[in-house]
Amino acid sequence: MMTPSDEHPLPSTSSSEEPGAVEEVHPSVDALERRFGDVVLRHQIQAGDEHVVYVEPGRSLEVLEWLRDDAGQRFDLLVDVTAVDYGGGRPIEVVYQLWSIPNRRALRVKCELPLSELEIDSVVPLWDAANWLEREVYDMFGVHFRGHPDPRRILMPEFYQEGHPLRKDFPLRGRFSRAEQTRRALSQNPEDYYPPTEFVGPGRDPQVPQVDPDRLEEDRPERELLSPDEAEGAHGPDDQAERE
Amino acid sequence: MRAEAPEGDARIMSKRTVEYTVGRTPEMGVDARPTPGLLEPTQLIPAEPDFETNSMLVNVGPQHPATHGVLRLLLELDGETVVRCTPHIGYLHSSFEKLGEYRDWNQIVPLTDRMDYLAPLIYNCAFVMAVEKLGGIEVTERCKVLRVIMMEMDRIFGHLLWLGTWAIDVGAFTPFLYAFQQREKIYTLHEALTGARITTSATRVGGLMADAPKGWEEDVRAFANQLPRTLDEIDALLTTNGIHLGRTQGVGAISGEEAINSGFTGPNLRASGVPYDVRKDRPYYDYETYDFEVPVGEHGDCYDRYLVRMEEMRQSCRLLHQALDRLPDGPVNVDDPRVILPSKTDCMNDMESMIHHFKLVMEGVKIPEGDCYFPVEGSKGELGMYVVSDGGSKPIRWRIRPPSFVNLSVISKLVEGGLFADVIMVNASLDIVLGEIDR
Repeated sequence: MMTPSDEHPLPSTSSSEEPGAVEEVHPSVDALERRFGDVVLRHQIQAGDEHVVYVEPGRSLEVLEWLRDDAGQRFDLLVDVTAVDYGGGRPIEVVYQLWSIPNRRALRVKCELPLSELEIDSVVPLWDAANWLEREVYDMFGVHFRGHPDPRRILMPEFYQEGHPLRKDFPLRGRFSRAEQTRRALSQNPEDYYPPTEFVGPGRDPQVPQVDPDRLEEDRPERELLSPDEAEGAHGPDDQAERE
Repeated sequence: MRAEAPEGDARIMSKRTVEYTVGRTPEMGVDARPTPGLLEPTQLIPAEPDFETNSMLVNVGPQHPATHGVLRLLLELDGETVVRCTPHIGYLHSSFEKLGEYRDWNQIVPLTDRMDYLAPLIYNCAFVMAVEKLGGIEVTERCKVLRVIMMEMDRIFGHLLWLGTWAIDVGAFTPFLYAFQQREKIYTLHEALTGARITTSATRVGGLMADAPKGWEEDVRAFANQLPRTLDEIDALLTTNGIHLGRTQGVGAISGEEAINSGFTGPNLRASGVPYDVRKDRPYYDYETYDFEVPVGEHGDCYDRYLVRMEEMRQSCRLLHQALDRLPDGPVNVDDPRVILPSKTDCMNDMESMIHHFKLVMEGVKIPEGDCYFPVEGSKGELGMYVVSDGGSKPIRWRIRPPSFVNLSVISKLVEGGLFADVIMVNASLDIVLGEIDR
């Protein structure tokens, strides 16, 4: 059936089909192309006036550092780091939204990472803001950031095993049935949520509880002095059954 | 109260005293306010060299009212000094971005207000504004001004909640009641406009769910008229209050450069002296034609963040008045059957409209291929909506640039080296909402 919607699709706003209406030139993009040449893979204008630059992933850190520090660019605010999975085995795009407060200029930098090699340099050395944003991209897409000071999951549980939820190959309702998810949730040991690794920060030693054993014996009641084996059994038969 | 600082090893800082000059009977100033006591800088008293201490781990949250949601801060304390702070988030992870990939553009709107339930209309508006920009849809003038009114109203809405809880955290209960009394009025305005009080879902691609009801504009104007009086009252209670000054001045300070580097936006960034406001720097909806000022702080500490937000509420009142003055008559929805549902009458009498209705309901709005990042000034900071479309009626990717998420990531830097009690104030001053941090 021919319908009105098919006859008149909404006009596309990408650059190639909209002649002349917007600025085709972005000073930072020009400067980037002059400075880095082939590292800038392509340049697009999206949604009317948004400039997007595709950069070779291997040299993204260099490009972003130049964009931040060069006197003519000064993209000092890293607004966002995110990723886009288009599905169908296509590369995952890592997207950097930059804004220059002094020049009032925006730029979107994208790096395409093939699924076989999901790795890119971390920009935490340039912007502290990237710390949690990159952790989230790792959590949701499985992109590894080389040189990230704290490469842990952030929103999902730290030892989540089922994959990276925002990937297109991850099903909307998770990998298991509702019953199986409940069963797994119930069988978890709450102590697993307090991993020793969380006491390790960048440049710090693991936290070791410093308790004087003599003092412990004096002050604490007997039941706290169980050996690890005994302590395991101390949860009681009910707990054990629930875990199984 | 101040102890003598003994000579010796200054590495272990286990004891501190703070001296207030505020007495039991503070002198009254000319405006009948107690004169603020000057706060002496915190005195660090080095412990005796042979006095060894172990640091202690304390969990703040996730179930604690002072964390303003399900935020867990793992603090390592040396006495009362915070040595390390490790935030843990994700307890409220609702996977909105994933859900959005399985819904068509208009169905995502209800997801947006569940993120920041403290200023839902801003999120409703921001999302459809991004979609409209990508789709090249120009909304009507009335819709634009109504959305400005909605967004400014909810900026006040969000700031009032922050103000009430902030006052609770600092130990004052009365401002909380004043602020929530005002919030209740905005709830009523929400209800009149959208039918819901928190989960508003007021916007649609190309317009609004419904036009404002009759008399709503007068209600908003009445609200904007009386709000500054309440703000004055709260101002009198807090701004020069010695306890408030002592708890907030110089606490959690961050310089402008560091704040930019850390991704701070919104009132938090402006408190550090950086006048970056999306409404001024990347204006949308004719914000450049409104007359308002962007308050900027100086020291970047908790107290300046308080001052900036207080002033922002007054500026939002000004904006409300101006927007109400220029609110034109006319339709709120674009006249485009590919975007907006036809009226029921047309639908029942006209074959074309029937088809449009069917297509829109069954397939949803189709947005051309491409991606678009649209930032607005939310109540917490720069709220960006990044939408990627492949030309269909569902997004390939819908990403929220979460202002509180980025703001919260700095908390470790702000609290480490400070006192335990300051953690609560710093956390309150950042104005976070966990629904949006965890999404």
